[in-house]
Amino acid sequence: MNKPLDEPDLADLPSAVAEGRRGWSFQFIWVVPIVAALIGGWLVVKGILERGPTITITFKTAEGLEAGKTKIKYKNVDVGEVKQVTLSDDHQRVVATAELVKEAEPYLVEDSRFWIVRPRVSGGQVSGLGTLFSGSFIGLDIGKSDNRRRQFTGLDTPPVFTTDVPGRQFVLVSDDLGSLGIGSPVYYRQVEVGSVVAYELNQDGKAVMLKVFINAPYDQFVTASTRFWNSSGIDVALDATGLKVATQSLASILIGGITFEAPPGSSPVPPVEENHTFALATSRSQAMKLPDALAIPAVMYFKDSLRGLSIGASVEFRGIVVGEVQSMHVEFDERQGEYRFPVGVTIYPARLATMAADGSHVVADPAARRARWDRLAEHGLRGQLRIGNLLTGQLYVAVDFFPDAPKEQIDWTRTPPVLPTVVGSMTEVQDTLSRLARRLEKVPLDQIGNDIRQSLQALNRTLDSANQLVKRLDTDIMPAARTTMEDLRKTLKAAERSIGSDAPIQQDLRETLREMSRTAQSLRALTDYLERHPESLLRGRKGNDK
Amino acid sequence: MGESDRLTKMAFTRTAGRLGLLSCHVCNRLTESAPEAHEGRCSRCGSHLRSRKPDSITRTWALLITGYLLFIPANLLPIMHTNSLFGVQSDTILSGVVYLWTSGSWYLAVIVFIASILIPSAKLVTLTVLVVSVQRCSTWDPLQRTNIYRVLESVGRWSMLDIFVVAMLVALVHLHTLTTIRAGAGAAAFGAVVVVTLLATMAFDPRLIWDPQRARHE
Repeated sequence: MNKPLDEPDLADLPSAVAEGRRGWSFQFIWVVPIVAALIGGWLVVKGILERGPTITITFKTAEGLEAGKTKIKYKNVDVGEVKQVTLSDDHQRVVATAELVKEAEPYLVEDSRFWIVRPRVSGGQVSGLGTLFSGSFIGLDIGKSDNRRRQFTGLDTPPVFTTDVPGRQFVLVSDDLGSLGIGSPVYYRQVEVGSVVAYELNQDGKAVMLKVFINAPYDQFVTASTRFWNSSGIDVALDATGLKVATQSLASILIGGITFEAPPGSSPVPPVEENHTFALATSRSQAMKLPDALAIPAVMYFKDSLRGLSIGASVEFRGIVVGEVQSMHVEFDERQGEYRFPVGVTIYPARLATMAADGSHVVADPAARRARWDRLAEHGLRGQLRIGNLLTGQLYVAVDFFPDAPKEQIDWTRTPPVLPTVVGSMTEVQDTLSRLARRLEKVPLDQIGNDIRQSLQALNRTLDSANQLVKRLDTDIMPAARTTMEDLRKTLKAAERSIGSDAPIQQDLRETLREMSRTAQSLRALTDYLERHPESLLRGRKGNDK
Repeated sequence: MGESDRLTKMAFTRTAGRLGLLSCHVCNRLTESAPEAHEGRCSRCGSHLRSRKPDSITRTWALLITGYLLFIPANLLPIMHTNSLFGVQSDTILSGVVYLWTSGSWYLAVIVFIASILIPSAKLVTLTVLVVSVQRCSTWDPLQRTNIYRVLESVGRWSMLDIFVVAMLVALVHLHTLTTIRAGAGAAAFGAVVVVTLLATMAFDPRLIWDPQRARHE
């Protein structure tokens, strides 16, 4: 060890105060990383525990989807986030991989539905405007199934009703969709109570199945007797009863709508189960027709022209609709060598039976019914084409009794049975008119015209001479007549003067009469005196005789 | 060659430690170390006398490990939640950098990246290297290592950049009703990383870099 050269003297330096050596002590500094590790570990554990399920949803298009940004929301609450957007293996669809929160685990069942919420304008409704600012998100509707799932197929359009909306769904079967679509409203007494949620073609492609959702509490009004009909647009019907226009509301004219109602006078029926199937009628009148359990097909051969008769025209018995026309054909009858027009009708005997006063019911037994119908035909039951509307010329089939019709039987050998007919009232009128026309044709109208012309000329001449006569009367006779009249008036005046009460003749007459009465008195006195004193004639009067 | 000469010269230089002298950290009194005593007290002010920072290596290690542990959540957890019309958005530091880069302000992205990710991680790594070298009594270029340590100390105060950014954003944006910004858990973790790294740097005694030199020559 080589010593340093100038070693300072350290003797005068104070020495440190000795302190006992402490034993081993835990170095508290290690608490810091331990705490940090605990916090970190807790975060990791929490992250792992809270890590929710990862699901894949396939969509038609990724419009609005953004990996790491697009949220999945249930009732506008974030329940997850899209982590990845890729194309499917067949490049047909878009696969969005999303991570959901742990609480979302029970939501992932078979019938849960996902759809992309974007701004939409459809069916008169605007939705998703908020996403203009916030960007699209994936909406979630939780299903009710118990089967868990991880792969979903996203809907292209948002569901009209989510499963948590109280209400029930019913199925309507229709021939065609008309102007209905998803979101078309369903009305009950003009109140919007639900809407169409889905539609699809039947398996055989012959009908459309519509699913309608009726909100609670209105779903209780859907009973077994409820009728649904398509109230889209304007229902214009031209039939034997005239022109009918029916509309529901302006909105339903534009976007279509369905109305349901119980037929008037129907007895209260309990509500039906969910997914009960109803027929969707095309109009209210069709929907409100009585449900006819028993429909008897029949054929009537008319000799009249069928122009004005339409499929669906009513068959009426004195104003009561008992059936309707189903078909019209043309047949050539080889034996008769003429064309015939079979009109297929459906008769609902129940409607006739309900009209019976004794409350008799429909005869269910076919043989008994045949007997009854035969009896009716014997009484003269016939079909006849009648004009229902003079304005439009629409025809209807009337069934009525014509007692003086020729005897005919119902032909039960054919199916459907053939009912006897009589010539329609219109045809009768037409026949009469044509006969009249033929008779009119035979009338020598030209000759008649000539005769008339000659008569008219003669008449003209007569009128001319009459005219001249009148003129002569005016000029020659009238002045003479006037003077005669004046003379007459004068004469009358003179007569009046001579006969009047103050006329001199009258006064003279009165005077004379007075004189005569005085004369008569004196005569009576004289005669009296003479009676009492007859001698006076000889002697003369005495002075004191009274 | 001159360098190694200087080092050998330095090795023979008398130091307080070699002479058994201690300087009080509080009143700076020079004291002779007490014989056979692990620790002594200053005869003037009674504070502990130490020739080196006590348990420097241990403490540095502990704090470094803490820093490493916290560095993970600091980068994984969001440092900022933005609530706006456009929905809720959570940003980690890295997603912020990516956002800045993709939105075209790449120089800002670079600054944020360097200040928030590169420097803290570099500090942790270099300090680890220093501690390991000291533990293994390495004699590799002590001067260089001391310089590195000096840089570490001076750089520490710049690493709180994004904490400042978040704090300012929170304060500023709260003025608007349409948007609110909240600091996330990542910000706390990140702040803790910076603090812990600072503490670790302080706990490290750079004199330890030179001790193996002396030990080898004695």
